[in-house]
Amino acid sequence: MQEIVIKTEQLTKRFGDFTAVDGISFSVGAGEIFGFLGANGAGKTTAMRMLCGLSAPSSGAATIAGFDIYTGTEGIKRNIGYMSQKFSLYEDLTVLENIRLFGGIYGLRDRQIKDKSEELIGSLGMGREAKKLVGSLPLGWKQKLAFSVAILHTPRIVFLDEPTGGVDPVTRRQFWDLIYAAAASGITIFVTTHYMDEAEYCGRVSMMVDGVIKALDTPSQLKQQFAAGSMDEVFFELARNSKRKADQA
Amino acid sequence: MADLLIQQLRKTYNKGATIAVDDVSFSVEQGALFGLIGPDGAGKTSIFRMLTTLLLPDSGTASVRGMDIVHDYKAIRKEVGYMPGKFSLYQDLTVEENLNFFATVFNTSVAENYSLIKDIYVQIEPFKTRKAGKLSGGMKQKLALCCALIHRPTVLFLDEPTTGVDTVSRKEFWAMLQQLKAQGITILVSTPYMDEATLCERIALMQSGRIMAIDTPERLVSAYPDRMYAIKAKDMSALLQELRHCGSLASCYAFGEYHHITFNNDNEVSRTALVQYFTEQGYKDLELKEIAPGIEDCFIRLMNYAGNSH
Repeated sequence: MQEIVIKTEQLTKRFGDFTAVDGISFSVGAGEIFGFLGANGAGKTTAMRMLCGLSAPSSGAATIAGFDIYTGTEGIKRNIGYMSQKFSLYEDLTVLENIRLFGGIYGLRDRQIKDKSEELIGSLGMGREAKKLVGSLPLGWKQKLAFSVAILHTPRIVFLDEPTGGVDPVTRRQFWDLIYAAAASGITIFVTTHYMDEAEYCGRVSMMVDGVIKALDTPSQLKQQFAAGSMDEVFFELARNSKRKADQA
Repeated sequence: MADLLIQQLRKTYNKGATIAVDDVSFSVEQGALFGLIGPDGAGKTSIFRMLTTLLLPDSGTASVRGMDIVHDYKAIRKEVGYMPGKFSLYQDLTVEENLNFFATVFNTSVAENYSLIKDIYVQIEPFKTRKAGKLSGGMKQKLALCCALIHRPTVLFLDEPTTGVDTVSRKEFWAMLQQLKAQGITILVSTPYMDEATLCERIALMQSGRIMAIDTPERLVSAYPDRMYAIKAKDMSALLQELRHCGSLASCYAFGEYHHITFNNDNEVSRTALVQYFTEQGYKDLELKEIAPGIEDCFIRLMNYAGNSH
């Protein structure tokens, strides 16, 4: 049986009298590509912050990469990678300097960092860019590099928060090749996106509305369940009755 | 005469080292809804900032309703509405205060032009005493649109109004744009979402500061030179890997539920051979069907073509 690396039970986060995440329960297996979708304000970011050990839940339980979400947050942080569209790398450091910095933060040894740097620059075909500032690279390259850096320490899980926003269609697909390769090596992918075609690339997808997971299944099962032709229609069907979208951030 | 006339417009940064807009030319007729479609770094925002007179071009010319973007900048600013990609209203003012402020700046009042924004404003009116910084993404977007419209502009510039917005809010936003267009406002809008291109009358597909193609979405799609097929099977990832090594294919890439492919020599024989090969390889539930290409397919083809010619 497939090993479970994320397991949540009735995980909840309240801010005052507002329940941002309302009792979500799901599990994700090792090497799975799990799409975490939802409308704006559905509670995705809050849920992700809890899963990364950055925000303590109000109630419920969860185990992430074998660590308890309340007591094992340091263990969680050592065993996950994270990248987002907004923050990924330091723009005023070179490609090599970024790899070195993050390698150090993730606790890799100098020798490992050196080997990883060569391997990564070779596989991304960035030999000529290695000593350039990250800020001078096109967005697509930055995002591919950021992903590679996020899995530099071969974490159990990598959290990707809208990694392909604003990226051109060709590079977006190259990015997904990297995701598939990482998943094939056993790293669990937990990804959010606004591109519904990318929802199709996920093994399973959850749809969050108003703090609750309204649906969770493979893309083909979801389409069948909602008698929809595309994931876009599934999303629309679930999210259009959201009460929260008018009101909450 | 066109409402927007852009000729050989060029903008560089870092003393010429970075070419943001590379001799771009296009025109937008009065009352048209024109889309600049492209990823981050395509040059869309630089074009917006030049046309709204916030940035000077290195070379080339452009006019807005006949007024030159360099010499007539004061007159242009009175005529146009601009919604930047980054939320730029006053976060510490309320919804109502922001709207009043922008109306006052343009020497008008909310009441005077209320009819134009009414349909949009009623959706945020319940929160009119809330500070703009405390609004959700969708609400901020609606308020920003109201503020851009409050002086009844003749030309509206919307820079990535739907970026980071979920698919439901995106649909609502495009419905609002169609209503504004119906009132005769000329709209220039940019988006990185290829599926939104079909909602514009004419589009320019942009990449790295250049326009790769410019036409109506329908004509761009029908000009796609090859017949396109969609293929799927049980193991999509492995299928794509193998498709990439198929000599008979001109292109193949993932596209949602299917992979899209085109053949070097498109005929019954090559298609049958492909299906036969993958069936023999043990791929289950193999399906191959002809499809109509979309804007994203056109974009990918143009990008690959540009990449190969360099």
